[in-house]
Amino acid sequence: MRAASSGGAALAGVRLSHAVPRAAIGAADGEPEVPGSRAPGPVSAREPHAVGGGAGSAVRSAALTVSGAEAGAAPSSATPEKGHAPGGAVGAVRRRPSSGRSDDVVLLGVRHHGPGSARAVRAALNAYRPEVVLIEGPPEADELTALAADPAMRPPVALLAHVVDDPARAAFWPFAEFSPEWVAMRWAAAAGVPVRFIDLPAAHTLALRAADRDGADGLPGADGEPVPVPDRHPAPPGGDADVRVDPLAVLAETAGYDDPERWWEDAVEHRGGAEETDPLLPFAAVAEAMAAIRATYGDGGDDRDPLREAHMRLRLREARRGYARTAVVCGAWHVPALADAVPAAADRQLLKGLPKAKVETTWVPWTHRRLARAGGYGAGIDSPGWYQHLFTAPDRPVTRWMTKVAGLLRDEDLPVSSAHVIESVRLADTLATMRGRPLAGLGETVDAVRAVMCDGSDVPLALIQDRLVVGDVLGEVPPDAPAVPLARDLAREQRRLRLKPEALERELELDLRKEIDAGRSQLLHRLRLLGIGWGEPTAGRGGKGTFRESWRLRWEPESAIRVAEAGIWGTTVRAAAGTRAQEAAVAAATLAEVTSLAEVCLLAGLSDALPTVMRVLADRAALDADVGHLAAALPALVRAVRYGDVRGTDSTALTRVAAGLAERIRIGFPPACVNLDQDGAAALRARMDEVHRAIALLPESPSEAGPTTGAERPASGGEPASGREPASGGAPASGGLRDRWAGMLRALAERDGAVPGLLRGAAARLLLDEGRLDAAEAARLMGLALSPGTGPAEAAGWIEGFLAGGGMLLLHDERLLGLVDGWLAGVPREAFTDVLPLLRRTFAEFEPGVRRSVGELVRRGPAAVRRPRASAATGETGLPGFGPDLDRVRANTAARTVRLLLGRGSTTGPGEWEDHGDPAERDDQGGAHR
Amino acid sequence: MSLLSAPSSTTAGSEPTGSGPTGSGPTGSGPAAPGAAPSAEQALRPHAEDSFADELVALAAADDRTRPARWKLSPWAVATYLLGGTLPDGTVITPKYVGPRRIVEVAVTTLATDRALLLLGVPGTAKTWLSEHLAAAISGDSTLLVQGTAGTPEEAIRYGWNYAQLLTHGPSTDALVHSPVMRAMAEGRIARVEELTRIPADVQDTLITILSEKTLPIPELGSETQAVRGFNLIATANDRDRGVNELSSALRRRFNTVVLPLPATAEEEVDIVSRRVDQLGRGLDLPVAPRGAEEIRRVVTVFRELRAGVTEDGRTKVKSPSGTLSTAEAISVVTGGLALAAHFGDGVLRAGDTAAGILGAVVRDPAADRLVWQEYLETVVRQRDGWKDFYRACREVSA
Repeated sequence: MRAASSGGAALAGVRLSHAVPRAAIGAADGEPEVPGSRAPGPVSAREPHAVGGGAGSAVRSAALTVSGAEAGAAPSSATPEKGHAPGGAVGAVRRRPSSGRSDDVVLLGVRHHGPGSARAVRAALNAYRPEVVLIEGPPEADELTALAADPAMRPPVALLAHVVDDPARAAFWPFAEFSPEWVAMRWAAAAGVPVRFIDLPAAHTLALRAADRDGADGLPGADGEPVPVPDRHPAPPGGDADVRVDPLAVLAETAGYDDPERWWEDAVEHRGGAEETDPLLPFAAVAEAMAAIRATYGDGGDDRDPLREAHMRLRLREARRGYARTAVVCGAWHVPALADAVPAAADRQLLKGLPKAKVETTWVPWTHRRLARAGGYGAGIDSPGWYQHLFTAPDRPVTRWMTKVAGLLRDEDLPVSSAHVIESVRLADTLATMRGRPLAGLGETVDAVRAVMCDGSDVPLALIQDRLVVGDVLGEVPPDAPAVPLARDLAREQRRLRLKPEALERELELDLRKEIDAGRSQLLHRLRLLGIGWGEPTAGRGGKGTFRESWRLRWEPESAIRVAEAGIWGTTVRAAAGTRAQEAAVAAATLAEVTSLAEVCLLAGLSDALPTVMRVLADRAALDADVGHLAAALPALVRAVRYGDVRGTDSTALTRVAAGLAERIRIGFPPACVNLDQDGAAALRARMDEVHRAIALLPESPSEAGPTTGAERPASGGEPASGREPASGGAPASGGLRDRWAGMLRALAERDGAVPGLLRGAAARLLLDEGRLDAAEAARLMGLALSPGTGPAEAAGWIEGFLAGGGMLLLHDERLLGLVDGWLAGVPREAFTDVLPLLRRTFAEFEPGVRRSVGELVRRGPAAVRRPRASAATGETGLPGFGPDLDRVRANTAARTVRLLLGRGSTTGPGEWEDHGDPAERDDQGGAHR
Repeated sequence: MSLLSAPSSTTAGSEPTGSGPTGSGPTGSGPAAPGAAPSAEQALRPHAEDSFADELVALAAADDRTRPARWKLSPWAVATYLLGGTLPDGTVITPKYVGPRRIVEVAVTTLATDRALLLLGVPGTAKTWLSEHLAAAISGDSTLLVQGTAGTPEEAIRYGWNYAQLLTHGPSTDALVHSPVMRAMAEGRIARVEELTRIPADVQDTLITILSEKTLPIPELGSETQAVRGFNLIATANDRDRGVNELSSALRRRFNTVVLPLPATAEEEVDIVSRRVDQLGRGLDLPVAPRGAEEIRRVVTVFRELRAGVTEDGRTKVKSPSGTLSTAEAISVVTGGLALAAHFGDGVLRAGDTAAGILGAVVRDPAADRLVWQEYLETVVRQRDGWKDFYRACREVSA
């Protein structure tokens, strides 16, 4: 907020330096010399409003001088007459005193998406009643203008032009209800007057852009990128971009307004005065202001402009030959250029030999949000909702706006009374006075709403910003509009992948190792993201390999409608799915949603969307305080990392996020383990298992991420300084994570009674299975857990946690069995019935064979076995429960069978099968042979 | 309700100002200003209108805009007084409040529209400072102050009685002891209420009539004091204390609320902290630490990142602890570190000296905040270039 305001101030300062000399010129030239009755309201008429202070009002009157008094324009054109359009714009204006208003043509220079301009255009058209209306836009769309009259067409909508065989190359011309161009189109449709678009044809602009791109750096990957609208917000390198894009806003700012629309209203529409009846006068004033600005600022630095303006002039000439009265609606910036008397031949020469592409146009629905978005497809206006309000409100816009805000807040259950509305309006008006502005603009209303209705808080204000200032309006396009490029792209993809849309349901088995199947899978995943339910994934018949996928396909008639609706997201399936995924990630409610979205992004091959999804994921993970949520998200993420590997997508970022997530879980886990009831402990134990498995599956980052992270590491400079591991690369980092996780488990296993026995036992078991805890340590922990000081229920929980991984352990280590046995025998009678269900549950999960063996061992009396073995000289060489040495005869009998099973030759020595299989298998064999 | 303590409590909360003798004076029309004038030079902390008297005079002279009734300056001039600027005659007005212009504009405008102003913010965001200067610029008098505490009685806001008078002569205007608010109403000035949310709810609500009817009935005398044009009220309250005595919605409705933000940029905050630490250090006769600036920057960075929930580079989000982590706390952490370094170290401020202080400021809730702090240490601090010593020091004290 602060930065914005100070930035604004700085900007005003800059403008000031531009404007003041001109004010001086205007004054020197003699304002009294107001030429003719055509001149808009004399400057002095505005002065009473200038309550604002010192410098501000000076600037203000300067701007008004420029826009208002014709006298001001003439000398300024005379001074900087260097090179720019010899005999230039201003000369033309002077020759025809009312700028564009010669008899057969009016030039209506507008502010794109300016409601004030829109109203003025409507009034001007009604007054002038042209026979043809020319609008700044792609001529290819001429025949589409008829649709504007269709009642099923509801703005905001956008005119879309795209290259036929490459829908990704496209440009949009968005129109809102309050866009002057839209108003002109509607007016023409109602009056039965033809509409022509006069801008440079999209065929050229799109082809030129492709040429530019190839010439510049030839980025092949950028093809899927949506291309911004050519006119509304180009960022020409250097120069006064702002002036070119929105010259009227610059004028308004110079005059001390932060809301160009309120300036228009104040300076142009409410000029008062009896003679101000001609609705064309504002445009004459605008034309002069523009002429002065272009004389000062030059062409604004866009090298495409001369081409476009040449084309506009040609089309204008054409129209003037055919019609008696022509009205042109174009950006104010272009007016002086259109008024220029440039020979037609020169224009034609300029346009000769431009590259061309085959282009199609259609209407697509648009939203206010997209109008507001500055980059990409947006029109770069911050407050479409406010503009819509200004355009539709019959009177007292601020009061009506405050009422609207109050209504919204009441719907959200915030207590807002009429008294609040009254005070807000008063505060906004007083603020405007205090800031030296004659009318309250959006800035003042926002400040007033914050102070009065929102208790100074920005939270409800964000809601107002989203719902009202931007607004939630969705446009509609009649069904008979030409097909959207997305549908074409889909059809092409279907052809390429030989996948026909059929109403009949059928199963599709994909082997992702084949290129065509991988492509199909990506397409289906993308369509699913877009809500086009053509294919549904099903549980595959052919095993669970990561390279297999099964789909059920069925093309419903509604799918076509869904495709049309999805056209709003982009022009190709890939781009649309990417945009959709990003929006879904930002809007997602839970962490798990974002994780699965990341997974889908990988499946659908949407690497463009992945960075956004990853960022959201990392942010969510950082703010989520519930370890359970984090732990739930991790497995899917790790799975995604591995899928990424299968498909050869780059998953470095994913790996990094997954590692970060694991780190957070590690830190948050121990505190989450205390004060849990039984259910909570059981849930957390399941999470612990999942996370443990997931961490084990996380790729060793040095080999995976080595090259990339290694490259960026020196830049960020973060990693080498990290703690004890010096610059030996990332190797210890991942290993470090696993070690740290194990360290956490160790600490958990060693904790006291605050942590449920179930979790401590499970932690001990995980460490034991990984070999990080030796048998003696395990026995010590079990001894601690089962010592008499521990409650029976707690101890039973420990046993459950420890043995849940399988009871085979008890067969291997008689010490453990002895401990369990001893503890069980010592459980007091009254407590026994309490722990019995727990124990039963624990032992019931053992495999039947194991259970029987454990039973046999216990019956035989482990003590009897243990004593002699413990005292035997060979000591630790044999496993507990087994003889000290290998019984070669028996072993060979078994080994033969095993070799047979494994399909091996008979030459392998007995030592070999020590390495094969795990102890459990070995034991099974032994048991069977016994 | 202790009888005799009532009158004196009107001023007890604030620093002893010139308004002390109100207890005996009947309608004391402005005994404060002349009474305090001679002491202004020796005062430990002079009032705003005294310290900046020259600027106020210059502004009033240059100010040709319309002034609301009984305002010493126009709203524009008040804003200029607070935000600083240069007058046409060359007088330089020093900025009193460094922060968004919008805030000052809304505050001044609110007072001009006869709505009361509520300044909200965490401790150390210059709420009191701003309210004092607003009152000084608008009424030329910043002393009509009620300090809100948990024990603030109704008399502090309405009126009390001089019991000696009351017992001897019976209820009369002479026996009445005016509260600062009542005086402000009678004289058309700005009254100030500090820490509004600390005041018990029933006492708070006495403000409702004053703010909506702009009158203060005195049923004992069958009369009332009506507010004169120019009267208004500035209240300050602490964001974090909201739970204590939340304003009733009836009262809240009478206020326009302005939330004062924490310093916007790290530079600004480092500047504020260094300046204050410097002043405090001189007061405590601490030696100037050579490496201080760097360490101060680090403390401010940690505070800002944890407070904002995002790292300064905007790349990583972090959880925020339950404490406020205001600038004032950063100042005390650094001062504490300096004292440690001076008395127990080699006089150079190092990471080890501030680590314990930071830990204390961050970890207010031993369970939740410790987690936040450890996550921050492991995910942010550990990987930061040149912060190795800091990381180690923090690990040491957190263990």
